[in-house]
Amino acid sequence: MAKPAETVVVGPTSDASTPQKELGPVFRRAAPVTKWLDDRLGLAGLVRPLYRKVFPDHFSFLLGEIALYSFIVLLLSGVFLTIWFKPSMAEVEYQGTYQLLHGIPMSDAYASTLNLSFDIRGGLLLRQMHHWAAMLFVAAMLTHSLRIFFTGAFRKPREINWLIGVGMLVMGVFEGFMGYSLPDDLLSGTGLRFMDGAIRATPVIGTWAEFFFFGGEFPGDLVVPRLYMVHILLLPALILGLIAAHLALVVYHKHTQFPGPGKTEANVVGFPVFPVYAAKAGGFFFIVFGVCTLMGALMQINPVWVFGPYNPGEVTAGSQPDWYMGFAEGAIRIMPGPGWEWHIGHTTWSWNVFLPLALPMGLLFGGMAIYPFIEAWVTGDKSEHHLLDRPRNKPTRTALGVAAMTWYAVLWIGGGNDLVATQFHVSLNAVTYVLRVGVFVAPVLAFLLTKRICVGLQRSDQDRLLHGAETGVIERDPSGKYAERHRTISVGEQYALTQQKEPLALNPATVDDGEDVSARALRLEQLRRGATRFYFGNVLRKPTRAELEEAIAHQHHGVGHGDGHGDGHGDGHGAGHELTAGEDNPHFGTESEHLAP
Amino acid sequence: MTEDHSIEGDYERGEGDHRIGHGDHSIVSDHTAEITKLDEVHYPVPDPGHPEHLPRLTDVDVKAADRATRQVATFFGLVPVLAIAFAVVYFAMPGDMYFDFGPLRANARNLGLGVSFGLALLFIGMGAVQWGRTLMDDHEMVDYRHGAASADEDKQYLITELQKTADEAQLTRRKVIGRSLIGALATIFLPMLVGLADLGPWPTKKKRAETIEATIWKEGIRLVHDVTYEPIKATDIEIGQLVNAEPENLKDLEGTAFLVEKAKAAIIIVRMNPNTIKIPDSRKDWQVGGILCYSKICTHVGCPISLWEQQTHHLLCPCHQSTFDLSDSGIVVFGPAARALPQLPITTDADGYLVARSGFTVPTGPSFFERDSRHDFKRGDN
Repeated sequence: MAKPAETVVVGPTSDASTPQKELGPVFRRAAPVTKWLDDRLGLAGLVRPLYRKVFPDHFSFLLGEIALYSFIVLLLSGVFLTIWFKPSMAEVEYQGTYQLLHGIPMSDAYASTLNLSFDIRGGLLLRQMHHWAAMLFVAAMLTHSLRIFFTGAFRKPREINWLIGVGMLVMGVFEGFMGYSLPDDLLSGTGLRFMDGAIRATPVIGTWAEFFFFGGEFPGDLVVPRLYMVHILLLPALILGLIAAHLALVVYHKHTQFPGPGKTEANVVGFPVFPVYAAKAGGFFFIVFGVCTLMGALMQINPVWVFGPYNPGEVTAGSQPDWYMGFAEGAIRIMPGPGWEWHIGHTTWSWNVFLPLALPMGLLFGGMAIYPFIEAWVTGDKSEHHLLDRPRNKPTRTALGVAAMTWYAVLWIGGGNDLVATQFHVSLNAVTYVLRVGVFVAPVLAFLLTKRICVGLQRSDQDRLLHGAETGVIERDPSGKYAERHRTISVGEQYALTQQKEPLALNPATVDDGEDVSARALRLEQLRRGATRFYFGNVLRKPTRAELEEAIAHQHHGVGHGDGHGDGHGDGHGAGHELTAGEDNPHFGTESEHLAP
Repeated sequence: MTEDHSIEGDYERGEGDHRIGHGDHSIVSDHTAEITKLDEVHYPVPDPGHPEHLPRLTDVDVKAADRATRQVATFFGLVPVLAIAFAVVYFAMPGDMYFDFGPLRANARNLGLGVSFGLALLFIGMGAVQWGRTLMDDHEMVDYRHGAASADEDKQYLITELQKTADEAQLTRRKVIGRSLIGALATIFLPMLVGLADLGPWPTKKKRAETIEATIWKEGIRLVHDVTYEPIKATDIEIGQLVNAEPENLKDLEGTAFLVEKAKAAIIIVRMNPNTIKIPDSRKDWQVGGILCYSKICTHVGCPISLWEQQTHHLLCPCHQSTFDLSDSGIVVFGPAARALPQLPITTDADGYLVARSGFTVPTGPSFFERDSRHDFKRGDN
């Protein structure tokens, strides 16, 4: 909401017991129509639970909305494009208005794309909007998934919705790649050539998959119509179905919220669908639509007429897929080839192509899909979570996420290794060698660094709690020492900084004589306990109530005691609260205790 | 979890005003007080309850509210103007008009249509959001959650009814019905799968030999320029020069067949000083005075290779930067390709034109599982 005014005056109040007002003229006119509908559909009963449904407010909750709205823009602009696009690989001679390609033989798909770009009024705008919205769609889904990941919104009961989201992300990436392949220009044909080589490299079934996909040898004349069917019917229908399920689950679970005073695991605090979210979310749809349109108007994308028709004997230097394929492209590029192709008997095992495609895709999407279950297994936590984590309070999870992002970024840079080399005037080979090492080393460094940063941020929270907030006021005591005055932070902030649940790092289990534990169960439990030490060892623990009360009382001593604050206590608390495995921690009973209400 | 702060219970539907932050916010603090009392040990600070609502400037200053109203109405009011502007551009703007902004050039119609429509959409959105942010009641409301699991009563009901309906359907007594139904449903997918078996021709050994393992190169086919189809004389090529070429019989093809064959048969011809390059004994007669011919199709994923480094004799694929050494029978020196570029044995015909001595001795293009790669040139072969 807007910035609050400085002066506090009594806010507008409305009294629930006001007698029902007489209907206004608009409602009076609409009454017969709504009655007609309600008699048949029971609308009032359907709408009632949703009408004032409460959603919490936070900027990061808009990322999913951007994904949803850009998908709607894709559907709308896509329908327009299908009116003129001809998904045919039949050869025609171009006779349109673009002089440079006049009389050149090309596929009907490419000719109709040129027609859309030059002869259909608004065609170029819609083509560019469609492409930009696709870029935005995948980008919004990916950043949305990062928000979910770092705040722990994937935890129970939302694991299924997380899986649905991962499914949509995978489909979105392939949907985009197929759309990119449709115009049959030189760039998209090169993308298809790559797809052909990649499919073909699959061990054992590669050739069969290739022949089934292309309807014979590459390129054939079937692949564009087939991709078109998948692009405009199959995948959009599946994505739409998943969107419906995704939103239905959001409604059912109610939205998560960030912790703060008055916000509990048992409630959701925010603004109602009507009127506030109707205006804000509805308005945001138009903003996303408008931004896509302005991008289509002002920013050129995929100027297919520059590339020319597909020709398997030509390629442009600097050929790039759309950004979301960049990480797979990078893996393919930095993979060393020699030695990674096996020639056994009369067979060829093309690991140099298959591995860098299958592994990163599998690791990224597979890793995303199983992560919630891994974390739930480690914590042993079976309770529902509706309050979001602040990323710093889960240092290991946050560090894992940043490590994954770093890995993705290294691969992504690899997807443009030639451009890095030409733009920065460095050796292409050197860039590639650095990335080959970086893809393994950089995530580890990112993990260690992020974890330290998170703990550092926890320390700064701790500092605000125990020593108060800096005021910028420097005081001099009678002995001549200078110290900054600190003020005790509000109870609301104290609560927000201490409300999180702190899972335990566990020592290896010991089995008493006679206890009936199978060796396998014990191994599994030891593994899990090891994982808790990895996850929750060496992170900062929040102060106890006694410590907090003592610290606050100390803060109230006022001037003259300022000197002790800065150094002595800072160090003492910092080191003293590192929670290590096996430390006798009075805060927690068993690891499976459900602490959240 | 105790009964009192039940997230089981339905949230209070329409039970008057559940706004908080003014007057009675006891509902919230009651719940949280309960929780914090229970978990005092784990949570050092009790939930102070929902913070007091602070009015916005537009709540306390009528002028500010009026200003916000004007902003909203202006955003909305501009939309019809822009919508009409769109129609005017659509019908009146010629398609071949361009605006130049320094180095940038934009089609005027695309720009006019996009900017008018885009701003119209944007203004609807901005008006609505401004309305929501500044003028609509901003008292936060609270809903209560209920656990995702269904009520025990419902679960119990379903379990009993499931058992009952299974009995009613005679499934528990006549088990063969259930078992045969499962078998039926499992196999009904078979026709659906079999129906896809004709997605493409089957790449049997024979089929592969005719398609992906074959090119249209054969003995005596002339090497021709890839655009003009002019035959190439050995004397036309200078040392260091690289020529993109095709088999002469490619020009007889068109449409799909043309693309399919070109994707396998495209070649590059390169002339290097025969004394400074390695020519293995087995390939002494594959070249004409340092003129060598290689497949242009990358052995990695099939891009046409085109970047020629004259001094190093390296050929670089622009797609994934695989680098082949043309002075050493096309072996891979860098990048993700694993296999040497296939070399086409060439000679000259009676008129001095370059012709193929035979077809390619190994399949061109990217690897596939059934490819017999034992006869490809490897580093150190002779």
